[in-house]
Amino acid sequence: MLELKSLSRHFGGVRAVDGLDLEVQDGQIFGLIGPNGSGKSTTVNMITGLFAPTAGTILFRGRDIGALPTHLRLRDGIARTFQNIRLFGQLSVWQNLWVAQNSAADQARLGFFARWLGGQGRVREEIGRLLEFSGLAHKQDELAANLAFGEQRRLELARALAARPKLLLLDEPAAGMNSEEIGQLRERILKLRADGVTILLVEHVMELVMGVTDRIAVLNFGQKIAEGSPAEIQADPAVRKAYLGGAAA
Amino acid sequence: MDFYFGLAQLIGVHTLLGLSAYIVLLTGQVSLAQAGFFAVGAYTAGMLTVLAGWHVVPALGVSALTGASVACAVGFPALRVKGLMLVIATLAFGEGVRLFFFNFDYQVAKGQIKVGPLGGEGFRQIRFFPENGWETGEVMLFIWVFVVAAMALLWWFDRSRYGTVLRAVGEDELAAQSVGINLTAVKVSAMTVGGAIAGVGGGLYAHYTTHIEHASFNILVATFAIAYPIVGGLRNVFGTLLAVIFVQGFLVEGLRFLGDWRNLLFGALIVLAMNLRPSGILGRRRA
Repeated sequence: MLELKSLSRHFGGVRAVDGLDLEVQDGQIFGLIGPNGSGKSTTVNMITGLFAPTAGTILFRGRDIGALPTHLRLRDGIARTFQNIRLFGQLSVWQNLWVAQNSAADQARLGFFARWLGGQGRVREEIGRLLEFSGLAHKQDELAANLAFGEQRRLELARALAARPKLLLLDEPAAGMNSEEIGQLRERILKLRADGVTILLVEHVMELVMGVTDRIAVLNFGQKIAEGSPAEIQADPAVRKAYLGGAAA
Repeated sequence: MDFYFGLAQLIGVHTLLGLSAYIVLLTGQVSLAQAGFFAVGAYTAGMLTVLAGWHVVPALGVSALTGASVACAVGFPALRVKGLMLVIATLAFGEGVRLFFFNFDYQVAKGQIKVGPLGGEGFRQIRFFPENGWETGEVMLFIWVFVVAAMALLWWFDRSRYGTVLRAVGEDELAAQSVGINLTAVKVSAMTVGGAIAGVGGGLYAHYTTHIEHASFNILVATFAIAYPIVGGLRNVFGTLLAVIFVQGFLVEGLRFLGDWRNLLFGALIVLAMNLRPSGILGRRRA
């Protein structure tokens, strides 16, 4: 599904990501973990095209997408959420999902005129489904900025799903959530996988990562220091060292 | 009565100018190029009726097309930059247009006199309305047909997904492109629609004043264009209309009795209005 080959991004002298190789299989929930500043978000930004890689290639379903602009990568089926929630705060919940109707399927289904200048009726069903999934149906006319924190996270996930993604990049979706919310998020992620969405999960919250992922890669200082099943990663001495400092090893 | 008709004409034309900046402002871009599109529309329509002998309606259609084409051509390079850089780039464009018309001579003989743009002298004798016996009131109604049409168009956009996408881009470009919105296409399209509206506004302006010159399209006009939607607020198109009425009707005309003190008070009142209603007369849009 997704293959990164010796992907690098340098900011001046800082090697935020340095020669990263990664392969995410179809249907996998792949965890990407690492301490703060280890290059996880930079990697996500390169996959979605917000940052151009300094070196290396990004293959999505066998095709090099390194030169595609962000909005076309989304149409190919790569959607994301942000670490710091980025909703359209002055638009309603419904409108946040409406503007995100940009998938290739939507383009094929509706003509140019209906897609851009048509009213809300054309996509009501689709958006209703997303509202249902995220449990926000009763808030559809609320401004996104007025939602509670957890609701905003759910809306952002729903907005990413409006693209009907094949690959979903979740950048720290559990940050700031309580145990109960993490449990709900976990259910949603597993449900998405059951629907055939491949997921790259960037996360700090081990409770979530260890519970849902099939495979995990650990980054430290922009380099991959370990990769394996959750059990293998938990037992890995290099990972413990990166997280707990030199003494733990 | 003619005074009020004249004022209504002015308010109508300035509303078109403000609406052309409104749609661009929805995408979060502050453009000082609108006076340039306004000028292009004014000279285009004027030359078509005076030199080519066209009726004013098709002339305004061509003004819209010219304004749109120029806006689209300017939009591609200009909208690659943002914020203050965009302000400077569009200001440079507007001044460029003004200086072009300052140097633009194209006169032909028409009976005893020569007509057409004459550089710094300006373009006189755009007399389609008086020649065809239109009364001031009729001209005013004619102008307002276009104002209402432009407001209806933008109102419809605001209800559509297109308008919502414009607002989304205005709020967060990074998030907008991450949900699949083509930023360049959206911004340039808004600029193009704005250019068409400004072009029509310019064409109408040329015909009701009958005399245009480069100074009619200076930085002050560009500032007014962007001030209207900012003062009026982006909630909907009526904000811009209210702002034009407030500025042109109340501040410019209503305070005329103050003589030279007016200009001083003028600025102060705009600042006061913005302080009382920080997100515009009509305020923020509430979903």
